[in-house]
Amino acid sequence: MSIGPEDIKKIAHLARLQVSAEEAEKLGGDIANILNLVDQLQAANTEGVEPMANPLDAVQVLRSDTVTEQNQREAYQAIAPATEDGLYLVPKVIE
Amino acid sequence: MFEFTIKELAQGLADKSFSSQEITQAYLDRIEALNPRYNAYITVNAEQAIEAAKQADNRIAKGDASMWTGIPFAHKDIFCTQGLLTTCGSKMLHNFVPPYDATVVANFKREGAVCLGKTNLDEFAMGSSNEHSFYGRVINPWSKDEELVPGGSSGGSAAAIAARLAPAATGTDTGGSIRQPAAFCNLTGLKPTYGRVSRYGMIAYASSLDQGGPMTRNAEDAALMLQVMAGHDPKDSTSMRQDVPDYSADLNKSLEGLTLGLPKEYFNDQLSQEMANTLTAAVKVFEQLGAKVKEVSLPNADLSIPAYYVIAPAEASANLSRFDGVRYGYRCEEPADLMDLYERSRSEGFGTEVKRRILIGTYALSAGYYDAYYRKAQQVRRLVKNDFVAAFEEVDAILAPTTPSPAFGFGAKGDDPVQMYLEDIFTISANLAGIPGMSIPAGKVNGLPVGLQLLGNYFDEARLLNLAHQFQTATDWHLASPDNQ
Repeated sequence: MSIGPEDIKKIAHLARLQVSAEEAEKLGGDIANILNLVDQLQAANTEGVEPMANPLDAVQVLRSDTVTEQNQREAYQAIAPATEDGLYLVPKVIE
Repeated sequence: MFEFTIKELAQGLADKSFSSQEITQAYLDRIEALNPRYNAYITVNAEQAIEAAKQADNRIAKGDASMWTGIPFAHKDIFCTQGLLTTCGSKMLHNFVPPYDATVVANFKREGAVCLGKTNLDEFAMGSSNEHSFYGRVINPWSKDEELVPGGSSGGSAAAIAARLAPAATGTDTGGSIRQPAAFCNLTGLKPTYGRVSRYGMIAYASSLDQGGPMTRNAEDAALMLQVMAGHDPKDSTSMRQDVPDYSADLNKSLEGLTLGLPKEYFNDQLSQEMANTLTAAVKVFEQLGAKVKEVSLPNADLSIPAYYVIAPAEASANLSRFDGVRYGYRCEEPADLMDLYERSRSEGFGTEVKRRILIGTYALSAGYYDAYYRKAQQVRRLVKNDFVAAFEEVDAILAPTTPSPAFGFGAKGDDPVQMYLEDIFTISANLAGIPGMSIPAGKVNGLPVGLQLLGNYFDEARLLNLAHQFQTATDWHLASPDNQ
């Protein structure tokens, strides 16, 4: 399995990460090694095996549709990097 | 005093041999003196601990105390603590003071236990050596000439207990992060059944594998600690509605009539002769205690690591997408635009190992690769589970090594992440299957402690604790400390 610096940059962007050219080189090698390890899976016979998402095959439980949480906006926004009038601030999105 | 177990501390508080303020202050003084050497704590909670100890002493005086009231202990810095810095070992959360408590944290608070501080860990619990913490590496208190790793990711909790900077601590285990550091630091560590302990407020790494559990000096204490941690939580939809038994009730039960399994696949090239000898000696102890031991087979054991390194990074890449520099945590300086804000905050906030796993996960989930990697890994995960289900039809519990070797030196695994991943070869399958696993001190190799792993059927923690306690009544490995070998 070969993963080039361009592939790394593409995946990094999907993951909203920036990697320098130097990092992309090193990460490409690391990830190729990890994918080699992971490729051992291909030898397993999994025909007809149901994929397993939860160890106990538990299904999502639903709660009743009632209000339980209280508004704690001030507490939550107190730890935000930038807020104004109860809103989170980000760089300008719309020109 | 620092040699007292939780049970002995509780006894001392009950019969007024000492107050919670006295033992809490003694631990805080010892942490101040010794933590610079081990770096086991990221945050010491001195003021709040003393205040909590005062309140605990009041409760004890009024006769309004539970067994845990006034007992000092530590939390792994992955559990959210209201008003107390919670970093998860990352620069990303260097300034994160949670506005709420994890359920596990709230449970201990309700009992009146005293949190001494937050222990160091590999960043976002990704690692087996504690070399990946933004807050620096943790030193294994068992180190002699060469400095050794404490294991990971719960290495700070393990080092804190081994150095007697806490009598017990919480840990979390996604692929071995409680059991491997417990083995390296001569402790008792238990990863419960998936869904036994609430994950609410426990910062997520891989949500279908993560499970919190106790790290203690012996099995009796682990039972006492699990009692507080276990139970259904409406705030965690994956926590199971299963009755919580009295985990201390069966500790003294005879092992007569029990059958234990030894997986033949675990005696491979990964396991040195010395490690195998430790296991053989442990088998003899269990036989003397009345248990029968027979061989079992886990034919898909070797596929556990490959399956884990698809599933865990895939879940991590989704979980860690929440760190965006907008709502809390690290934000880059002067972002040019929204994309720059996301990308630079994340690139500057996450360390190398975290980025590697996010990239692997993103790749495995991306269009065209989903079936080949993620779906395939989930299918193999079921094969791994089925192996255990079949084995537990024949035996009551499984004996295994915890690690391939005792604690290693810093940098010993080199530059290739895969070498570090192989460290978890004996622990990872329990997370994939969701079964409980435990590591207990079982001897020394090259003068360093090594662990014995006990694997049990779903929700069979009480049986593991019974086996561990009986082993600890017949052996004294668990009594050794770095100062008293």
